[in-house]
Amino acid sequence: MEPLEAGVLDGNAIGGLLIEVFGTEMTAAVGTCGTCGTASRVAEFAVYQPGLGTVVRCRHCDNVLMVFVLAHGVTCVDLLGLASLVA
Amino acid sequence: MAGTAVRGRLTWQTATVGSVVDETARVRTIFLDVPDWAGHRAGQHVDVRLTAEDGYQAERAYSIASAPGETLSLTVERLEDGEVSPYLTQELRAGDEFEVRGPVGGYFVWDVADGGPLLLLAGGSGIVPLRSILRYRERLGSEVPVRLLYSSRSLADVIYRAELDAPAAGVTVIHTLTRQQPPGWTGYARRVDQEMIASVAWPAADAPLAYACGPTSFVESVASALVAFGYPPRRIRTERFGATGQ
Repeated sequence: MEPLEAGVLDGNAIGGLLIEVFGTEMTAAVGTCGTCGTASRVAEFAVYQPGLGTVVRCRHCDNVLMVFVLAHGVTCVDLLGLASLVA
Repeated sequence: MAGTAVRGRLTWQTATVGSVVDETARVRTIFLDVPDWAGHRAGQHVDVRLTAEDGYQAERAYSIASAPGETLSLTVERLEDGEVSPYLTQELRAGDEFEVRGPVGGYFVWDVADGGPLLLLAGGSGIVPLRSILRYRERLGSEVPVRLLYSSRSLADVIYRAELDAPAAGVTVIHTLTRQQPPGWTGYARRVDQEMIASVAWPAADAPLAYACGPTSFVESVASALVAFGYPPRRIRTERFGATGQ
């Protein structure tokens, strides 16, 4: 597992967004990567915030787990990279 | 209608600045009054939202510096290329308002019931949530043993220095100054490495709980060192602040 680059955040940084989306605290939830099967706390996922939204990646295989995009006042949520997410 | 959000949902609340305290040349603590503040747990943060006159909004997360039960405060470090921190650390005045959402966080938190011994590892402004933990521990009269390893560029950059120079019983504070040391300094003078961890950290056999917070590069480095030292990954909690110019 490579160390994260300097500017990369973790799931703690999007804790508020996750409460908005899921209605509950999610940083301690366990997410399982749909690509490599690694299970981690959401707080430990790699979080990238390019200008258009938020991309969450698996620490182990770097595949995308979650994408959040705010468009026209609606938060679009893509969780297809996760095999499961258990709060 | 404000204040009637469904349980579990967060709403943006108005925070009014009560007072500000400069901790270092680049770091300021802001005391806030939030009328419907529900309290928080040590280690949590709030999201702060600023709205410009043209409607442009910027949001950032800031760790809560105060212990549960104390007046809510945030400690903010000014980033040279920051969009929000220069305003919060230089422009903001008592009576000014901004929006906060929170408290947020269910992983990087410590309750007395979690026990210890505790190993707290702070890089720069990463000290903020750990200081909330220390103050909370002291308020409750907890006797959980704590070692705090705090990495700063220089003595002038140490946040909460006076407070950390007089820690509560059972708390040991170890500083490392990475760029500049005062004359006669006998403490650590380098970035945290495996050897320093081996000297400072509770033995893994004590089943300690570790919290590491600060720039992402700092957290990555200390977390790896702790794992190499024998700490199970599930006993290491991390919070990465991105690149802070450290």
